[in-house]
Amino acid sequence: MIRAHNLTCGYAGRAVLHGVSLHLAPGEFAALLGPNGSGKTTLLLALAGLLPAMTGKAGSDGGVGSGGAKSGGVEIGGRDLATLPVRERARLISCVPQGATPPQGYTVRELVRMGRFASSGFWGGYGPQDEAATQAALADAHCLDLAERQAGELSGGEFQRVLLARALCQGRSALLLDEATSALDLARRVEAFDLLAAQNRQGSTVLTAVHDLNLAALYCPRLIFLKAGRIALDGPTTEVFTEANLKDIYETDIRVAPHPVTGAPQAHLVPGAQPHSGPAAALLG
Amino acid sequence: MAAEARTGGRGKDANTGVLVSSRRRSIRSAVFGLALLAFAVLASIVLACCVGSFPATPGQALGALLQAAGFAYGAPVDPSLAVVIVDIRLARVVLAGITGAALAIAGAAFQGVLRNPLADAFTLGVSGGAAFGASLAILSGLAGAAALSGDDRALPACALAGALAALGLVLGLSRAGGGPLSSLRRETLVLAGIVVSTFLSALISLLKSLDEESVSSIVFWIMGSFQGRGFEHAQLAWPYMLLGALLVFWRAGELDVLSLGETQARMLGLDAGRSRLWLLFGASLLSGAAVAVSGVIGFVGLVVPHLVRLVLGAGHRRLLPASALLGALLLIWSDVLARSVLPGGAELPVGVVTALVGGPFFCLLLARRGLASGKNGGGRA
Repeated sequence: MIRAHNLTCGYAGRAVLHGVSLHLAPGEFAALLGPNGSGKTTLLLALAGLLPAMTGKAGSDGGVGSGGAKSGGVEIGGRDLATLPVRERARLISCVPQGATPPQGYTVRELVRMGRFASSGFWGGYGPQDEAATQAALADAHCLDLAERQAGELSGGEFQRVLLARALCQGRSALLLDEATSALDLARRVEAFDLLAAQNRQGSTVLTAVHDLNLAALYCPRLIFLKAGRIALDGPTTEVFTEANLKDIYETDIRVAPHPVTGAPQAHLVPGAQPHSGPAAALLG
Repeated sequence: MAAEARTGGRGKDANTGVLVSSRRRSIRSAVFGLALLAFAVLASIVLACCVGSFPATPGQALGALLQAAGFAYGAPVDPSLAVVIVDIRLARVVLAGITGAALAIAGAAFQGVLRNPLADAFTLGVSGGAAFGASLAILSGLAGAAALSGDDRALPACALAGALAALGLVLGLSRAGGGPLSSLRRETLVLAGIVVSTFLSALISLLKSLDEESVSSIVFWIMGSFQGRGFEHAQLAWPYMLLGALLVFWRAGELDVLSLGETQARMLGLDAGRSRLWLLFGASLLSGAAVAVSGVIGFVGLVVPHLVRLVLGAGHRRLLPASALLGALLLIWSDVLARSVLPGGAELPVGVVTALVGGPFFCLLLARRGLASGKNGGGRA
């Protein structure tokens, strides 16, 4: 579905990702993990076609094995993202951005309906089909009770649910989410990941950046760890989610124990371990 | 409205039917509001034609207008009164109306593109460019005294050219840092606009000090007025206004998406840079054409979209037409005030009227809005 090959990108000449290669097969449900500043958001932006690959700086490491002839780019369904028209790209990939602020003066329904922008006609109007998609997305993301409220008056958590609804409204074939559940309470977080898992069972390809290791391990069959702009680990959850790997990536003491209900591996922090790596560790829980 | 939203939020069992019907209700109320505004504009055209040193009753005005349009309506109107109503007053009322509409649409578009509620044609130097173009025309004698008698088209042409040149200058300046024209940052745009605006007003002052004789006509022109303007000015301006309005209306949905910010707009499939360029061009055509025929009239572009947003929300498919109608309404009546408030046939510049009425009104608006948002903030916590 989405293939990044030897991808180097960043901002204002400073590379954040160094030669990242990644293939998401159709129907995969993967989590993107890693310490602060490891390049999760940058990778998601690049995969969404919002950040062009840097030219002439393609790294040589990490680019082995994926077999593509092109150097430094992203493909979706075999088509180069850099040359795909923006509208067409938006119909293929839906995103939930990080740190968005709600616009003033729009109702939640209007905001979610903007997800249909790439599908709207020449004159830009929204038809009955768009209304139906909006309604379905609101229902699936449990936002029906918010539909007629002003988007600017929502709480942070409510607004995140609305952004998820807008992504569903935009399209469901590929969902890229950046910390899309960070402001949700526990029940809403489970609800959101249940929704993502359900979408995945219906064929959506899902990649979500998340700080909550345990949530990722609980739901996602595949975990991708970034560190310092490179892919540090990539594989099935049961294989890569080990104490040694996590200690190595997060530079703090971590214990792994099976989840009491599902048996999925779950990470547990150890207080007082290696204070120099405090900032990253503080966000793990 | 807030209370309605709150009960809607509490009702967990709100089903699809209720929501769809509430959406229909909101569309219907918007259409009703627009129809009401359109009717008010039509009625104002007739009523504004009654006011003047040669007063007429609304019946006479309506009769004269409809008879001039070829309908057999009402009692025959005194021919000299008919001439005053149709050839003098109607021309002026129509010009005020389309100018008000153009300024309001342009204001809404500038505010949407720059995501800045205080933006208007002044922010990007478009008004300043038009004023400079006109001042240059007056000073060079290209327009001369003929401009004020209403039969010269050199002045409006120079003003329109000045407006577009200023936009070009602002875009060029914003690009000076490098990168394509379609990846401009709005902060850079606003900064460049302020720089160009300030520089142009300095140039206008320079022109004024260079030639004492043209000072009064420049000053009078810059203050904005419909005095002595007629159908030929409306004829000159409307094609540009129509083109600009079409450009902006066509991209109303894009204005909504742009309000989410560059990143989200692109996520949703909008080429934000290109869309912004077209919208800025359309808005500059609108305000340039408006300034070209009427001088610099402030506050309409700023206040009208604000007011509409408070009532109808920010959705541009409703905001743009409602702003156009309200802008027309505001300027028609401001002009009536401008030409009737002083005794003995003397006129105030209409720009002074809009500023005098608009300023305090805007303060009131801000104060009430401040209170309202304070309440909401409390509710959220």
